Amino acid sequence: METPSFALPFIIGLLFIISFLIVVTIIWIAGLSKIDKIRIWKNMPTRKTGEALAETFMESLLHRKIFRKNPVLGYMHTSLAFGWFLLIVVGHIETALHYRTLSFPIWKSIFFRYAEQTPPAGFESKFFAASMDFLLLIVLSGVMLAYYKRIHKSLFGMKRTTRLKVGDRISLTALWLIFPLRLAAESVSANLYHNGSFLTQSAGNLLASFVPVQQMEMPLWWAYSCALGVFFLTMPVSRYMHIPVEVLLIFLRKYGIRLKKNVNTYTRVQVFSCSRCGICLDSCQMNHANIRNTQSVYVLKQIRGRRLSDEQLFNCLLCGRCQNDCPVGLDLNNLRITQRIESTMEYNSQYDYLKSDCMPKPVSTEVIYFAGCMTHLTPAIIKSMRALFEMAGVSYWFMDEDKTACCGRPLMQAGQYQAAQKLVDHNREKIQASGAKTLVVSCPICYKVFNEDYSLPGIRVVHHSEYLLELMADKRLPIHKLPLRAVYHDPCELGRGSGIYHQPRLLLDEYANLIPVRNEKEKAWCCGGSLANIKIQMSERDQIRQKAMEEYLSYGPDVLVTACPLCKKTFAKDRNLPVHDLSEVVYMAIRQKSTGNTSEDPGKKEVNYEQIFFPRITS
Amino acid sequence: MAVKNFGFAAIKPRTIDFEQFDGRLLSEILELEPSFKVCLSCGGCTATCSAGNLVSFNIRQLNLLLRRGETVGLENEIKKCMLCGKCMLVCPRGINIRNVIMLIKKSVAKSHSLKR
Repeated sequence: METPSFALPFIIGLLFIISFLIVVTIIWIAGLSKIDKIRIWKNMPTRKTGEALAETFMESLLHRKIFRKNPVLGYMHTSLAFGWFLLIVVGHIETALHYRTLSFPIWKSIFFRYAEQTPPAGFESKFFAASMDFLLLIVLSGVMLAYYKRIHKSLFGMKRTTRLKVGDRISLTALWLIFPLRLAAESVSANLYHNGSFLTQSAGNLLASFVPVQQMEMPLWWAYSCALGVFFLTMPVSRYMHIPVEVLLIFLRKYGIRLKKNVNTYTRVQVFSCSRCGICLDSCQMNHANIRNTQSVYVLKQIRGRRLSDEQLFNCLLCGRCQNDCPVGLDLNNLRITQRIESTMEYNSQYDYLKSDCMPKPVSTEVIYFAGCMTHLTPAIIKSMRALFEMAGVSYWFMDEDKTACCGRPLMQAGQYQAAQKLVDHNREKIQASGAKTLVVSCPICYKVFNEDYSLPGIRVVHHSEYLLELMADKRLPIHKLPLRAVYHDPCELGRGSGIYHQPRLLLDEYANLIPVRNEKEKAWCCGGSLANIKIQMSERDQIRQKAMEEYLSYGPDVLVTACPLCKKTFAKDRNLPVHDLSEVVYMAIRQKSTGNTSEDPGKKEVNYEQIFFPRITS
Repeated sequence: MAVKNFGFAAIKPRTIDFEQFDGRLLSEILELEPSFKVCLSCGGCTATCSAGNLVSFNIRQLNLLLRRGETVGLENEIKKCMLCGKCMLVCPRGINIRNVIMLIKKSVAKSHSLKR
């Protein structure tokens, strides 16, 4: 049989997209650094390739992460992706078995019901015809769900979906038409040649009862082929580019390629892998302040089109909630920071004045204590920490008691890495000159940068929540449980940023009654005070804070406990719930034990919040 | 005896010279960061400033110079900021001071690249 003319749009589209993908893949891989290229080469013959293949199957085809988010949404994606994949694979097997050869023109397997006009004879042909119909039914159910999602999002666990641009709309329409048109074309052919199975044959017979199928056949096959062609041709300008690029991303990621401090072709791979599914929209707290154009999906879209404005780029708390939810596993925070580095490259500061600062003499203390800029605005934390160090008999050197440079993390979040490096170098020199082996930090923002960007060999960096837990475990701090219901707020930089969820909870549970909340640990709210957002207004920060506070208040706690001075300062603006740092709670509990406030009145077992934190006022 | 000999006349007059007044930077910043309009020059930011604790750096003074249209020398001053964010937290008017600093830095860098 000659190649039918209607196959032309499909063949053109397929040739175009294959050559396009080959060209961009070559450009992207060629643009990587030499080390990265060696990394790919070395890792290719290892088991990492197998792992990448497995991940491609689990994520690109089965969409396991979306299933975890919402089963209906997961089914929609799986039925479309895995169903379509199986249609292609089973279709090829069917064709190969039918012609008893592996070399057949591709259109024959895609338009098999037209190419092979004999009714299926024998078990094998009937089985394949039925399987293809079954797979088509699965894919169609996914398409129906996709239509329905436009009307009724909440069934899919989503409040918002992405605003689409023109390229996306054309591509989406083509995709939505492909499978219904395939069903129509195959049904009509099934009626004419009796080569269908349970779905196409019965649909064909039904169609024949009220439309002239003879005249319909060619236009329907043409329409199906055109829909495929349009989908392939618009793929590079639409979000469906993520389908092939995500596979490349999974392989590169498995081979150890990471984002750099400058924009390179791996950034492009990440950006093109964004499917604009819109899952990040719901997790973004900027919605609470009615800011609706700075979410990761929109920023990635702008990066892809090279149209990103500073207002969009810097209006983000970098809390990492979207990154946690992203089904593609994109490195969203670092993608944004890389763009910020590019944007502010021209005006990094030198901080020459730091050179005049004298180095400390070596100290023989057990620890260095670095409170951090933010902690200096919450003196109760410093007071508690000092008292606790004394109680536990820890000798310490208070590094930033008077004059110290900032840790550099706020500059890094603003993209000023070169400037931050000056502060990092300066502080590192001071820390190393002191000779102590443990650095206790009160601020999670500082903690993250000390841990990740300062190379401090031989010096252990701990957040005070970890350190106090150690002191307690070593019995250097006494335990006394306060009769208070406490909600723990995970600071972004400590929780999602550094993975410390359990130590503060273990500690708090010894000194108060910890109550679990719905949005905690990886899903924890941001307080809204984040320094990473340069553009947000104070009133908008308040809206974000209020929303988080509402949830905490619904559990009826006596106190909100956090482990970050900035979170404390932010939440303290709310007058409905007292907010304290973990160190304050520990200190107050121990102090209450030693002063024995509860034993004054043995009949009274309940001790209220004021008695613990403001004993002078109430007594 | 002339007043000059007591040293009074050695202080330059602080009247604004409108011939020299350069309000471009100020209007650009006020447009992009409207919260800066409500600054009451209390000096809280300067009092808490981490950089100001280490070196002579006065945000309140920079604000005054900016509003007087005296933008010469501003760029070297503004470079001293470490962006730690304490000023933002103490500001009684909730002004996004860090954005003001970043806007000045960017604007200065932009005008430099134009001159080149």
